[in-house]
Amino acid sequence: MELTDLHAIADAERAGRRPIQVRVCSAEGCLSSNSRAVRQRLEDATVRAGLEDRVQVCEVGCLRLCSEGPLVRVEPEGSLYQQVTPEQADSIIGTLTGGTTDARRGDPGGAFFARQHSIVLENCGVVEPERIESYLAAGGYQPLHHSLREMSPSEVVDSITRSGLRGRGGAGYPTGLKWATVAKMPPGQKFVVCNADEGDPGAFMDRSVLESDPHRVLEGMAIAAYAVGADRGYIYVRGEYKLAIRRLGIAIRQARALGLLGSGIFDSPFNFRIDLRIGAGAFVCGEETALMASIQGQRGIPCPRPPYPAQAGLWGHPTLLNNVETFANVPAIIRDGDAWFARLGTEGSKGTKVFALAGNVRHSGLVEVPMGMTVREIVEEIGGGAPDGRAIKAVQTGGPSGGCIPAEHLDTPIDYESLIRLGSIMGSGGMVVMDENVNMVGVARYFMEFCKDESCGKCIPCRAGTVQMHRLLERIGAGEGNRADLARLEGLCDVVKHTSLCGLGQAAPNPVLSTLRFFRHEYESRLRGDSPAPEESRSVNAARA
Amino acid sequence: MNTLTTRVDEAAPRTGSIPSDGDTPHPSGDERFQAIDAAMKRHRYQQDALIEVLHAAQEAFGYLAPDLLLYVAHGLKLPPSRVHGVATFYHLFTLTPKGRHTCAVCTGTACYVKGGETLKEAVERATGIHAGQTTPDAGISLESARCIGACGIAPVVVFDGAVCGRQTTESALERLEGWIGHGAD
Repeated sequence: MELTDLHAIADAERAGRRPIQVRVCSAEGCLSSNSRAVRQRLEDATVRAGLEDRVQVCEVGCLRLCSEGPLVRVEPEGSLYQQVTPEQADSIIGTLTGGTTDARRGDPGGAFFARQHSIVLENCGVVEPERIESYLAAGGYQPLHHSLREMSPSEVVDSITRSGLRGRGGAGYPTGLKWATVAKMPPGQKFVVCNADEGDPGAFMDRSVLESDPHRVLEGMAIAAYAVGADRGYIYVRGEYKLAIRRLGIAIRQARALGLLGSGIFDSPFNFRIDLRIGAGAFVCGEETALMASIQGQRGIPCPRPPYPAQAGLWGHPTLLNNVETFANVPAIIRDGDAWFARLGTEGSKGTKVFALAGNVRHSGLVEVPMGMTVREIVEEIGGGAPDGRAIKAVQTGGPSGGCIPAEHLDTPIDYESLIRLGSIMGSGGMVVMDENVNMVGVARYFMEFCKDESCGKCIPCRAGTVQMHRLLERIGAGEGNRADLARLEGLCDVVKHTSLCGLGQAAPNPVLSTLRFFRHEYESRLRGDSPAPEESRSVNAARA
Repeated sequence: MNTLTTRVDEAAPRTGSIPSDGDTPHPSGDERFQAIDAAMKRHRYQQDALIEVLHAAQEAFGYLAPDLLLYVAHGLKLPPSRVHGVATFYHLFTLTPKGRHTCAVCTGTACYVKGGETLKEAVERATGIHAGQTTPDAGISLESARCIGACGIAPVVVFDGAVCGRQTTESALERLEGWIGHGAD
């Protein structure tokens, strides 16, 4: 494979494209709202209308506004149709020849789309995820070629360092520094691992990226492997993500067939092989040492660090471990330059961040915004605020390791440090909006139940502490707790946070601590027993929803 | 450990031999073993591939019976304790047979704030079992899903593997009632 061959495939793909493209979302949310039948009927309607040579119906990845699925987008005219039923297919195709349709039109120029800034998701909903030609036509694998031919491995590492990219898995460790550490290890067997074990409840960014643009992640991993001197890679995907697993499998086979993965990539001495590893439902496997144990066929139990994976990871070899979104940023940084990337975002947090916006919000779906945008802009402008005119009470970020940002702090900008100051974390990007009906003690109990179930049981503070904290939260929530219970809960939070072995236990008290900090009155009012128990308040909420 | 030894005895008749190489049929005549053999062969019987092989075994048989675990242990030359340990650690592996139908209520955060817990309770009441259990007539298994990532259409219930969004107690119970009637046939 040479650059000219790449261009030839891309040119052929572009030349074969028909003038009008009808794009149907085929990500999990829309598929479960019957988007496959919609696509079938659109194809039939195209044939019936005799428009096959002008109109192309294609399956693309996430079109982002998941709450309004199934979504259909017609390009180049730019119309967006929401909640499309198979019966509306004929009339949608009819609009192309001057007809009318009763399908609901969305507003592609509205705040939900206009306020977003796409880097990671630039191909999302544009390329066809199951066809490598489509990715090549969008310029895919050219950054890999550029890295292999025009840059030395250390230049690639330097470029990533200068871009200011930080890990998108949650902790925000500088990516360039991590790459440099692995690159500096003595030559020999090294690995690149992609963490796609997106376990936080309420997070679906990585799933969407893998389902919509799998080749981008493969390309990012290949560039990383070249930079650090690795020749083998693993993608560890959650077992629940069947569609993502299938599409990654297809993408790897296609890339191998074209020689974009395998040996002697682009006629260089660089070899890289990627294998999939399928998780089996353990949240703790998102922790890097547990993830590596799981790749090696063992129980997902974390180990103390150091040694860090960069020094001794898989089978004791230096291993570079990054999140899906981190890898997905890499091709764009190589293509457009680190200076371009470093201009986006804030002083300490560069680039963009993808969020999965969900919960009590009018427009939920996939959102990519520049760092530094405020939480309010995301939930009120992009998300359209809480439904039915209700007020937003809090915004939860970071899943069971994060916290709740109260309404009065919604003007906080999105960057790693600001969120930590509020007792939450950036996390992998789950953002769940909670309205005034949501009970915060119930939320804390919900997350503690999650951590209790997911604790691997290796270290005592986490194993026993989460059980005890859950019990206390249930008691307080039911109105049976007293001041001593509350004091005990706070004490336990402190112990578990500071003495647990891995991130799961260390962060498990965060939802409690943050709700205690901003919604302490909800706990205290329950101590006196003069407020409804969580069950009642939730049923009210459910009835309204 | 007691349970493990009894399981070994029970399993003895089907696991008398070392796994075949995939071309010769398994002594039991059960063709589903070929899927496991193929998975082990593809990974060149490497012990690191244990989880992949267990996935293949569960896909073929629906659940991981004790004799299957032993079969895998023989094939990968691993101690049965290790195989059992891994199979019980991960939530997606199940050691008991599932019902004809499965129903999983998503317990993710977005579903929680949209009333997922009420849904789960209603489903548990209707079937008389808790998440992780199967009805006595083996008609329905209830599972609880840890966020399936379809938060945009919360609350979500997965019926027989099909993700259904924007569920209400009524819509979920209606679906279950069809199954309950069917199960009683």
